[in-house]
Amino acid sequence: MTAYIVRRLLYAIPILIGVNLLTFVLFFVINTPDDIARSQLGDRRVTAAAIDTWKRAHGYQKPLIYNENAQGLGKLTDTVLFNKSVRLFAFDFGRSDSGRDIGYDIGQRMWPSLAIAVPTLIVGILVNITFALLIALFRGTYIDFWGVVLCVILLSVSSLFYIIGGQYLLSKLFHLVPISGYDTGINATKFLILPVIVGVISGVGSGTRWYRTLFLEEIGKDYVRTARAKGLSEHVVLFRHVLRNALIPLLTGIVVVLPLLFMGSLIVESFFGVPGLGSYTIDGIQRQDFAIVRSMVFLGSVLYIIGLLLTDISYTLVDPRVRLR
Amino acid sequence: MHRLAVSVFCALISPASDALWNNPYPESQAKENVLYSSFSERPKHLDPVRSYSAGEYAFIAQIYEPPLQYHFLQRPYVLVPLTAVNMPRVTYIGADGEILAGDAPVTDIAFSEYEIRIQPGIRYQPHPALARNEHGEYIYHALSPAQIKQVHELGDFKHTGSRELTAMDYMYQIKRMANPRLHSPIAGVMAQYIVGFSELSERLETAQADLEDGAYLDLRRFRIAGVTIVDRYTYRIRIHGKYPQFLYWQAMPFFAPLPWEAERFYAQPGLRDKNITLDWYPIGTGPFMLTENNPNLRMVLARNPNFHGEKFPDVGEMGGHEDMLLADNGRPMPFLDRAVYSLEKESIPRWNKFLQGFYDNSGLTSDSFDQAIQFNPQGDATLTAQMGERGVRLSTAVATSIYYMGFNYLHPVLGGGSERARNLRHAISIAVDFEEFISIFRNGRGIAAHGPIPPGIFGHRQGQAGINPYVYDWVDGRARRKPLAVAKKLLREAGYANGIDNTTGKPLALHFEAIGSGPDEKARLNWMRKQFRKLGIQLIVRATDYNRFRDKMLKGKGEIFLWGWNADYPDPENFLFLLYGPNSKAKNNGENASNYARPEFDRLFAQMKNMDNGIERMRLIDEMVTIARRDAPWMWGFHPQDFSLHHAWVRNTKPNLMANNTLKYVRIDPELRAAKRGLWNQPVLWPLVLAGALLAISLIPAFVSFRRRERSTAL
Repeated sequence: MTAYIVRRLLYAIPILIGVNLLTFVLFFVINTPDDIARSQLGDRRVTAAAIDTWKRAHGYQKPLIYNENAQGLGKLTDTVLFNKSVRLFAFDFGRSDSGRDIGYDIGQRMWPSLAIAVPTLIVGILVNITFALLIALFRGTYIDFWGVVLCVILLSVSSLFYIIGGQYLLSKLFHLVPISGYDTGINATKFLILPVIVGVISGVGSGTRWYRTLFLEEIGKDYVRTARAKGLSEHVVLFRHVLRNALIPLLTGIVVVLPLLFMGSLIVESFFGVPGLGSYTIDGIQRQDFAIVRSMVFLGSVLYIIGLLLTDISYTLVDPRVRLR
Repeated sequence: MHRLAVSVFCALISPASDALWNNPYPESQAKENVLYSSFSERPKHLDPVRSYSAGEYAFIAQIYEPPLQYHFLQRPYVLVPLTAVNMPRVTYIGADGEILAGDAPVTDIAFSEYEIRIQPGIRYQPHPALARNEHGEYIYHALSPAQIKQVHELGDFKHTGSRELTAMDYMYQIKRMANPRLHSPIAGVMAQYIVGFSELSERLETAQADLEDGAYLDLRRFRIAGVTIVDRYTYRIRIHGKYPQFLYWQAMPFFAPLPWEAERFYAQPGLRDKNITLDWYPIGTGPFMLTENNPNLRMVLARNPNFHGEKFPDVGEMGGHEDMLLADNGRPMPFLDRAVYSLEKESIPRWNKFLQGFYDNSGLTSDSFDQAIQFNPQGDATLTAQMGERGVRLSTAVATSIYYMGFNYLHPVLGGGSERARNLRHAISIAVDFEEFISIFRNGRGIAAHGPIPPGIFGHRQGQAGINPYVYDWVDGRARRKPLAVAKKLLREAGYANGIDNTTGKPLALHFEAIGSGPDEKARLNWMRKQFRKLGIQLIVRATDYNRFRDKMLKGKGEIFLWGWNADYPDPENFLFLLYGPNSKAKNNGENASNYARPEFDRLFAQMKNMDNGIERMRLIDEMVTIARRDAPWMWGFHPQDFSLHHAWVRNTKPNLMANNTLKYVRIDPELRAAKRGLWNQPVLWPLVLAGALLAISLIPAFVSFRRRERSTAL
């Protein structure tokens, strides 16, 4: 397995280089270094000399990808691309274009993202499994039919609707939780209730449908028939046999998203005023801060690769037949 | 048993205590003297040499104190001393160094010298950069790595200190402005005026060539020829020529003082890696200091215990004592203990929190406008009954801004000073109905502009004397847009009868440079097309992002565009320079985006810009505005109107669009706020109980059927 993991990590290097290159190209197709300078200096009364000074101070005065005037390897290394990218591979994110330390900001902002994402994931899984098992248990009844109809309706609705609807109902109308905001420590709890509820409800349609399919697939298998033939009750069959076997695809699906929980949610954080990494990325894009954008895309890619690797490893843990070589 | 069940149910559907469940703030703060407000965008910079946006000024203007400020109540806007003892004394100097009379001709004046004397005894806020031990040595100017490791924010430093403000600190800040590494946005402007500014910039550039970014450079070692220290509390700034607007700059944070110790402290390696920089942790002498700085969540300003004290003004809007706001006349400021600003990016939660009483004031967006504002038969904006019941108050003020629709004067069809092009521009100016635009897209928040100068600025004329006669007629005591027939006639005279080019026989097609293409923008663009269609002109929209738009403007490739300008200071020069030929954006990267050039206008501008306000200056401005209206390089667009709402417990909220340091005037009634919040935010629990009951009831038949199935036999 070690050899497999090392090989996968080595594969990650060209992927990350490609992602970084793609981010760079896409960003600079839309923004020139002059645009970045102007966005930092403001539009008013900014002289061309001030823009040049800013670019020099922030390393944007060099050619973007290829330096014709440099010698040898310098043609590739004495460029904005190289200078802004190479340190990323050592996880040194450097400073944002407005001067703040990105690594420090990421360290600060990942906790609020996790504070929402982790309970949303755990509660969401529990709720989805409960509903899916309930529907599977009552399969063929009106609960199954209307449950599926409800799931389809729920998954058809935009997540923005859940956010605004949740804020309207629970906060504005019923005054049960703060409409938005965040705090540190235990004081954060009251701010997390609404985003977690919204996160769980917005995912319950798709989640329940998926889990229901998994459970129903398992229910049709021979071992379930055997269990029933032994005289086991339906709920014992479901909880002791079906649930355990259906957990294999379930678990692997969950493991892949675990690392990405750090990245937060763009819309949820923005609407609930949560200072997480999702809103950090949005800020970076809106401010044309290339340093933040490239760092967050890089971090997202790394976490995704780790997620896929963990998924592969988790297969071996939950299914003894799988071997990684 | 039955009684117990009823009690449990009642407990569930009624709130457990007086605590408000939806209160985003700690309950213990409910009756504190704290203002609660919001900000929608994280400030980029809090360093006074760099900050240049309203969002940033909302914080730093309460902390940093330049020598002058705008009078809070008086209109038109008047400068008054802040840390200065009096208004600066200006001396005019000739080319040979001779002192000139105050009314000397502008051409004779080689230099103007401003002598500013500040009040003694002003002290900085408590700050670790100023903390000293018993030997007088700075405690935190040589931090060890171990010390830095334990620090995560400025509040982690145990000791703080203070010292008296001196004239040196003002000089130090001017030198900082000249430091190219600090990227002051107004360095270019000041280099034109302050004597020795450019030379200092060059010397600083050289001196820092080998220094790492962020390393400390002691600016006290460098001399700036135009700034001299007279004594501990007095300094002089010498500028080239005559530039009366220089005084206005003295009311902006760019010219606020900064102690050298702060730069020395923040430059220590390691602090920057924790984002503890001067750009994020201000140090000032103002009424407030920043005690919590989390721009991603919350900024908290607290009363500066060392504040030198200032009293509420005793002169009202008209310069007399009639103003209602004078109830606090002579009372010491600030009135608030703290101000808590929460980051609120979305307008819906912001508005709802205002309605719940958790924000003390609010702006108005299109989403909330109809809920808050209605227009009476006279066309005046008033509050809706719902707002009235809550005791909300409305403040309105016409902004010292203009949104104009510009024609590129370099464009072969639209531009130039020919009769044909002028007629075409006038025809379009009549057809594009900005009154309708204001009504549809701004909910009536604005007034149609007749020229470049907004109301409240010297040079603006009201009534019949102020109308643009090329677009409006004066009918029944008010300006009325000329009929479309006049526009069509002008278009015909321009050679485009019914929108058809006489020479080619093809329809006239013009391009509008739009920024963005979202749903809101689409409606606006459709409206714009409709306006041009009235004349038979085809308007082709070239939608792009702001970067590309700006690029087109810089290259002079745009045709028709919508842009705006917000006053730096209340002087007509700050608007008329937008039409000054040498400020052409395409030619000289200036602020004249339409690239308008008319020698006569430019000559008058050069004459007017350095004059003091008076009859002669007014005459020149009238002439310039007349020329500009005739040439019509802009459709004059509109001056936006700012609407803001305040709860009944907030006092002294008179809009002052030039001053940024207005937090010190605000007073609140925390008891009233706590009472109203309690009234408006009682938790409602019965819907939860009902939903739970419905869910349970809906499951009963399924459960019964399941039990039946479980108990039934296979065959």
